[in-house]
Amino acid sequence: MSTSAQRPYRVLVSKIGLDGHDRGSRIVAAYLRDAGMEVIYTAPWQEVQALVRMASDEDVDLIGISSLATDHLLLPKLLEALRAADLGDLPVVVGGIVPDEDEQALIEAGVRRVFHPGSSRDEIVSTVAALAAEARIQRKTESF
Amino acid sequence: MSVRPAVESWGASDLAARVRAGNRASIARAISTVEAGGKASAELLKALHEATGRARLFGITGAPGVGKSTLVGALIAELRNGYQSVAVIAVDPSSPVTGGAILGDRVRMTQHVEDDGVFIRSLASRGSGGGLSLATSRVAEVLDAAGLENVIIETVGAGQSEIDVIDVADITTVVCAPGLGDDIQAMKAGLLEVADVLVVNKADDPMATLTVNQLESMLALRSDAGRKVPLLKTAARDAVGIPELADALNQAFEKLDQQGRAERRLQRMQRLLATVAGGIVARRLKATRGRRLDQLLTRMAAGELDVETAAVALLKSDVWRQD
Repeated sequence: MSTSAQRPYRVLVSKIGLDGHDRGSRIVAAYLRDAGMEVIYTAPWQEVQALVRMASDEDVDLIGISSLATDHLLLPKLLEALRAADLGDLPVVVGGIVPDEDEQALIEAGVRRVFHPGSSRDEIVSTVAALAAEARIQRKTESF
Repeated sequence: MSVRPAVESWGASDLAARVRAGNRASIARAISTVEAGGKASAELLKALHEATGRARLFGITGAPGVGKSTLVGALIAELRNGYQSVAVIAVDPSSPVTGGAILGDRVRMTQHVEDDGVFIRSLASRGSGGGLSLATSRVAEVLDAAGLENVIIETVGAGQSEIDVIDVADITTVVCAPGLGDDIQAMKAGLLEVADVLVVNKADDPMATLTVNQLESMLALRSDAGRKVPLLKTAARDAVGIPELADALNQAFEKLDQQGRAERRLQRMQRLLATVAGGIVARRLKATRGRRLDQLLTRMAAGELDVETAAVALLKSDVWRQD
């Protein structure tokens, strides 16, 4: 009960940009909660720097961004800001409306996974858990 | 080369030094460590101990939906106006079934996210039985050692008798909302009794005056009516009454200084020890079955032994000890 491997995964679920449609992020937050994760849930309309600060202070294992109205185009900026804050090892996933032609660019920018409409609960939960687990192992073996 | 701390590969004293220097990433990682408990946590807290005891610990509790998070958000702004640094430990409930949690208190504290003088951390309650008081008090110690001048502990939405926060805080504020019950509710024992400061939030509600009156009568009827408990009205969403609340908290804290903070700290330690020891006994007892325990249980079931006598017999015996 006391080792960090058994701590529940901590996941930041949020939205960046100006779109406030947060139904999707709420549903995913509930999926992850029901899978035993601790979900730090924020209001939509977050700025990139605010997300970096929250991810750092909350010591999360993964960031999940919901995007329904082109906010996914801000993700490269988020990844850059995370790297600048020494959080480059933190996995970022996105779900929502991401046009196929944008997906490759997001993956190249460092987004670990894009969930399109129709993604199942199992798929989301298992992917998030696997990436979070990987991030924790990564952190343990970091050298200084 | 990374400056992001991996506590597992560090000595406790290295991490402690970074926490004391105010390094945010180290503070964040240290909180995860003490929250998990165990040996790493104990070593880290030991290394931090001499830097603790400076922060003012304010507990904010009250029923779900009375506006605790909004009030805390407004209080952060007020304290920041006075150039004081503020940490917030915002606790939300874990599911007893899956262990998962939605930690949503930040939704009401968005404006302070990028302020370097503010450190907000969401905590899941992760079960009960004293564990929460313990984890919260450890996290508060880390934030204290990091040099944050005020640590605000926002509890889960509390019921009438969940008073764990007094195990941890110097000053406990109980937040009420208008229209949640009649004057008999205000007379009942429990949460209201432990308040050092009472707040009726949502004061723009027409019912607020009635609620304030009811709480005033309740305070006047107390046997320790000499103990002055400030009763304030706030409308936290519009920052109404917040400077007055900050004043009341300052005064309550200064009064505490005169009474002797050291004694209060000992009382807190005693309550914490009682809560945690009780939790350990309960957990072990529920996980133990054996011949001697079964004998005790059988006698209880048969009506030969009442629960209290059995409990005393149990504590005197070593039936529940595992090591």
